[in-house]
Formats: sequence, C-alpha cells, structure tokens
Amino acid sequence: MSHFTHISVQFEDFDFAHEYQKLQDSSNSDGAIVTFVGLVRDINLQQSISGLFLEHYPAMTEKALNKIIETAKAKWKLGSVSIIHRVGQLQVSDQIVFVGVTSQHRQSAYHANEFIMDFLKTQAPFWKKESTTQGEKWVEAKASDMDKAKNWQ
Amino acid sequence: MLKVLFFGHLKEVIKTECLEIDLVQNGLQLKTVAMVRTYLQTKGEFWNEYLAYGKALVAVNQEMTSDDVVLHDADEIAFFPPVTGG
Repeated sequence: MSHFTHISVQFEDFDFAHEYQKLQDSSNSDGAIVTFVGLVRDINLQQSISGLFLEHYPAMTEKALNKIIETAKAKWKLGSVSIIHRVGQLQVSDQIVFVGVTSQHRQSAYHANEFIMDFLKTQAPFWKKESTTQGEKWVEAKASDMDKAKNWQ
Repeated sequence: MLKVLFFGHLKEVIKTECLEIDLVQNGLQLKTVAMVRTYLQTKGEFWNEYLAYGKALVAVNQEMTSDDVVLHDADEIAFFPPVTGG
C-alpha cells in the first residue's frame, strides 16, 4: 500500500469502482479522494451526436499527461494520482476520461483535480471528431478552456 | 532529416500523416520551427492555410513548444490543431 501515479491511454473502457478502490487502498493517511469522469454527450452546439472518435499522438500523450501530473504535484501536496484517457471510437454516454487524486485534506485534491483537467484540455494531444446527422465534424478548441488554464498561472 | 507528423483536422485536409524532410532545402538550412512551418506552407493552399501560426500548434520531440525553437538532425516535429481531449 503506497502512493502511486498511474497514466493510461487506452481503447478499452475503465471500471470506475476498480480505479477508485486502487486510490483508496494506496494510503491510510489520505483523508480525501476526488474523482472526475468525462462522458460522451449526445448534443454539442445544437447538433445531435451519434458517436465520437478520439485521435491522439501516441508518442506524446503519456509524456504530456506525466508533465501535467508533475506540475500539479509541485503546486499541491498530493498522494496518488490516476489519469485514464480513452481513444478510438466511442458511443454516446461512454466514459472518455478519469482523473483521480488523493490528498491528506480535501482542498488539495479538489484543486489539483480541476487543475489537471484544465491542463489536459489545453496540453494533452487528443483530438475529437464527432459523428453527427450532418456528417463528421472535428471539435474546435474552446477559448473558455484556454482561459481556464491561464487562470491557474 | 527531420520527421514531421500531422494530426487531427490538419492531417485530413492536407492528406498527409507523416513526412521526412531534409534539414537543408534549396541551400537554406531549416534552423527553427518557424522556418519549417514557412517551408511546408509553400506546398499548397490547404498547407498554407492550416499550418498558419496560431491555427497549428507545434511539438518538438513530443513536447509542446514555440516557433523560435532551434532544430537538430533527427528531431521529430508535430503540427496539430489546438487540442480537444478530456
């Protein structure tokens, strides 16, 4: 039982309960676990979505996610951190991403989890392509995501 | 040689996933990312538009970086639209 950092980029779905259990088991001195799960939505910009394809830059994804975690650990005292990001073809309501963080008290875990997601949204090399009734469409990065990441500086 | 990779919508539009290019083109050494970007933009209309600074981000050896970075032989450069993961 000890703190760990886990990064996985994978096609397969993940089991939330299993990932949570690993975080819970990793330490007796951490009083807080904060988790986030991102899901495929059925509507975006008023268009109905039937599927989502996640492209990625294989050689860079783990490196980038590792860097995001290291940055978070330098800002807050954290226990274990786990990031799982799926790639490939996904369906509506599928799980896309899991971010789990433990810390002694809740403030660090809450902040670090949000920070990790904000940076993943602007620094991690994944690109989403939606299948809609009007054909396939690449999702465009949002200015609001850029702003959110900037707010942490 | 430099290995150049393309991803996302950019890759689809220029119909190119990967390129190997000489560090020296027409007697000119491609010293920086900016010079590679400019060189690639001459390949066609879509290249010019979708590789434009601001429209395409860049990573060198799998780390996001800026256009003024100096390149070395065997470096891997990737151009891609702003990311949309998570």
